[in-house]
Amino acid sequence: MVSATAESIWALLQQVEDPEIPVLNVVEMGIVRDVSMEADGITVAITPTYSGCPAMDAIADNIVSHLHAQGFSQVRVKTVYAPPWTSDWITEEAREKLRDYGIAPPAKKACGASAKPWLEGPSHAGCPFCRSGNTELRSEFGSTACKALHFCNTCHQPFEHFKCI
Amino acid sequence: MTQPPDTQTPFFEFLLRHADDLLILGQRLSEWCGHAPILEEDIALSNIALDFVGQAESLLALAGEIENAGRSEDDLAYFRDEVEFRNLELVEQPNGDFATTMVRQFFFDAYAYPFYKLMAQSQHVTLSGIAAKALKEATYHLRHSRNWVLRMGDGTAESKHRAQTAVDQLWTFTGELFFQNHVDQALVEANLIPDWSSVREEWTEIVTSTLEEATLRTPENTFMAQGARLGRHSEHLGHLLAEMQILARSHPGATW
Repeated sequence: MVSATAESIWALLQQVEDPEIPVLNVVEMGIVRDVSMEADGITVAITPTYSGCPAMDAIADNIVSHLHAQGFSQVRVKTVYAPPWTSDWITEEAREKLRDYGIAPPAKKACGASAKPWLEGPSHAGCPFCRSGNTELRSEFGSTACKALHFCNTCHQPFEHFKCI
Repeated sequence: MTQPPDTQTPFFEFLLRHADDLLILGQRLSEWCGHAPILEEDIALSNIALDFVGQAESLLALAGEIENAGRSEDDLAYFRDEVEFRNLELVEQPNGDFATTMVRQFFFDAYAYPFYKLMAQSQHVTLSGIAAKALKEATYHLRHSRNWVLRMGDGTAESKHRAQTAVDQLWTFTGELFFQNHVDQALVEANLIPDWSSVREEWTEIVTSTLEEATLRTPENTFMAQGARLGRHSEHLGHLLAEMQILARSHPGATW
């Protein structure tokens, strides 16, 4: 049996990729909330990014199989809801990786801070390809729950934006 | 096993009401997948449906824990009969045309936003977490449906006619949004949830101001349908559940 500290498990979890955006890991996404070393095994607490995120099962499976592969046989994953996930938890480093991957990263908080946020206008994002600010929102919804579709008027490419939530 | 309404613990009953709203509305929206008028709306409605089903799953999982009878969120979603469902009559209405779907959606979103804003303050840690997440999603759902009501109402003669017809036909289901009884009272007294009576006022403000801006008429003095919160549903729910539940019921206990 391999013995370990919670710190070493956190380090191992940085090797578990987000299934949708493989350049990011589940720790820098803010999905892993807690690691608890108990007498009968390890409990990893994760939180969903969006309520219906279909990748959560895959993430839980990947965490279990990755830790199994490292020699930890007793691994449990549990889902926690409080505090609710916010895109603010995505690290600076992860935001750069998103941009390099071609996805405009989320803005930092101040989104949703107004009294009537449902009256706000469309969001804006800089083009991850040519960095131009001359872009427009095409649809608030994209290929996954967390992304919106924009278009760059400078380099004429559509791009996805990780929504601030 | 069929349980008469309101005999189970108030918290379980409360969670079913709100989980069922989300589950049934999510099922209705998913019927648009592949059939929406434009691609962006096909994606939008599918994403919104996914948000709802995810929220329903979280609330049903919590309900199963509270009931403590060994029922999981899947058991509750797929193996309850019609009379055990606690969703609003509004959400089981058929999709109809795009205007009907959007007006139904707007009426629901204008309620979900203030409702989950309050529930996020619940003393129950898991409920407040689920509600805080649902609130974030309800915000952009409301933005989306409200924008469509504006565009259709203040649009062409055709879109205005369809939007007004939808408003007139669905208005009778809006009273039930604010239905409360001893279930809610017990939870407020137990300090589990805040008093959510103010939701009616906030909903009315959002809806009447939007309909006015959309140059649509707000109906008056309409009879309000009721009973669905106590398991008395319209003729539509049975058909919807048959479609939703048949696969699980045909292969009970099956796993991937």
